[in-house]
Amino acid sequence: MLYREAGQFKTSYATDQQIFPIRQDRVAVVALAALAFVVVPLIATQYWLSAILIPFLIFALAALGLNILTGYAGQLSLGTAAFMAVGAFAAYNFVLRVPGMPVLLAFVLAGGCAALVGVLFGLPSLRIKGFYLAVATLAAQFFVVWALVKFPWFSNYSSSGVITAQKMTILGIDIDTPLRKYMLTLTIVTLLALAAKNMVRSSIGRAWMAVRDMDVAAEVIGFPLMRTKLTAFAVSSFYCGVAGALYAYAYLGTVEPEAFTLDLSFRILFMIIIGGIGSILGSFLGAGFIVLLPIFLNIVVHWLNGVAQSLFSASLPASITSNLELMVFGGLIIFFLIVEPHGLARLWQIGKEKLRLWPFPH
Amino acid sequence: MTFFFEVLIGGLLSGVMYSLVALGFVLIYKASGVFNFAQGALVFMAALTFVGLTEMGLGFAMALAVTLVVMIAGALLTERLVLRKLVNQPQITLFMATIGLTFFIEGLTQLVWGSQPRGLDLGIPDQPIEWVLDRAGIVVSQFELFAAGVAAVMVAALALFFQKTRIGRGLRAVADDHQAAQSIGIPLHLIWAYVWAAAGFVALVAGLLWGARNGVQFALTFTALKALPVLILGGFESVPGAIIGGLIIGAVEKLAEVYVGPMVGGGIEGWVAYVIALLFLLVRPEGLFGEKHIDRV
Repeated sequence: MLYREAGQFKTSYATDQQIFPIRQDRVAVVALAALAFVVVPLIATQYWLSAILIPFLIFALAALGLNILTGYAGQLSLGTAAFMAVGAFAAYNFVLRVPGMPVLLAFVLAGGCAALVGVLFGLPSLRIKGFYLAVATLAAQFFVVWALVKFPWFSNYSSSGVITAQKMTILGIDIDTPLRKYMLTLTIVTLLALAAKNMVRSSIGRAWMAVRDMDVAAEVIGFPLMRTKLTAFAVSSFYCGVAGALYAYAYLGTVEPEAFTLDLSFRILFMIIIGGIGSILGSFLGAGFIVLLPIFLNIVVHWLNGVAQSLFSASLPASITSNLELMVFGGLIIFFLIVEPHGLARLWQIGKEKLRLWPFPH
Repeated sequence: MTFFFEVLIGGLLSGVMYSLVALGFVLIYKASGVFNFAQGALVFMAALTFVGLTEMGLGFAMALAVTLVVMIAGALLTERLVLRKLVNQPQITLFMATIGLTFFIEGLTQLVWGSQPRGLDLGIPDQPIEWVLDRAGIVVSQFELFAAGVAAVMVAALALFFQKTRIGRGLRAVADDHQAAQSIGIPLHLIWAYVWAAAGFVALVAGLLWGARNGVQFALTFTALKALPVLILGGFESVPGAIIGGLIIGAVEKLAEVYVGPMVGGGIEGWVAYVIALLFLLVRPEGLFGEKHIDRV
């Protein structure tokens, strides 16, 4: 009844090409933006900002990067965390070694560095496909972390390889409170998400999708295979690099190379699988799911502990709860894949289609 | 020169250990096209279950038998509850499901047996063979030689199984084309259950050998990461590829560690295998023995 596009006529090319062609969607998006930019800063507590919302946004950005590479260009990658590590350490070094370097510029340059590394490790994709490529990207994962640990120059000769993010100042404003960090992260993520959305629906995105669907066919009809695949690696790594820089600067504050393990790569891969492969919205939904799931599990385990305590006057040992968490996490992923292999984004789409007809049966 | 040979032989023998894990991957990939990331977790599960059972007072043979039953039951459950529901899904979905399975198995195993590291003694000391040491002056570990022998027997057994038995032939048919195999009456699900059970058995053998060498601990799950470069080097579909790939990776890795490692500050064993595999792939994109894919538009 409410979600109906009847009567919305498109009379110009601009209206025909806008991202959200349905008026109700536009209203919803503006409302969401208002919520994120105005309401959340007013009501969110420190805990919510720094433990949930900031990591959610950063992981969403990394997932977006991986989704460009895996979901749109079809190149499976297991080295996402490595590109994030490059971004984090590059940003640190730019701010450290270039006097007067603005933080935002450092982030962009860090993304650029990650893009370069991404292109380098993307070169094999011209020859190798599928799982062979996925395993090859593991080379990036292990090599980058090794190099960051091995060459102390990257961490400015700190004894344990840990870097501490410098203070951020943008236009004279110190970005030091969780609220300001949240606003910075939100702005960057919004801009980059908008750019990604526009990229995937323009010629470059169509080229990626053609290569994903069948690279031989794409080459035959004239897409330059090398350029298409390498731009996918570059753009994807750029996003991951910026996400990594934010991970260090806005979320953790201090990071070591070992924070960017294979586990992190897998978590980001889970995000796009659960959220939806080849969907910008899916990256956000998946990131939200994976960030919230451990917190939710924690609460459930706490509750179980309380029950156990009142029944047997004994609490579960910590090792049991952590193992239970691991099992539930794995089980949920399998469950999700079985129930909805196309991810949360697909569920959202189905919901919207249902809503268009509602309350009529057809 | 003796030193070179010593390093080379040590590398080849440890390469065999990688091959053992890689074999489990190949079995499942060959028969169902599933890239089973959970193989490392299976190795961990098998080793820990075995050690846990012996700690409960079971004899070697009894513990082995019970562990095998557990592995096969696990394989059947996996087929029933996970794979059967995901038939006809894209390969990446199945791959993700096995990553989920990895988490689940790791959690379950540690929940049952606890997470403290344990030792495992197979009765074969990890000592140099004196005979070779006297004659050639080369240190060859008795244990690693034994592991190589086990691997050779397993490969031979698997080759016979694939070539000569009814199930083996059905398996090759399924690997070739699921639908065609099904339409001529080969029971797809049964074959998959067999393959997973066989992979469970391979994981058990690998788990015992790796556990005896490095101790039974969580790090056993990372053997999967050691096996992956072997796998892409040898080709996903090839049993001999897993062996040859393991030998090459093992040898080059050790040689690189000894001769190149000091130049860049050491610690390169984490990634050098991947780089070797990557360089190989640039020449042969399907690995050494992988099936060549012909792309048609």
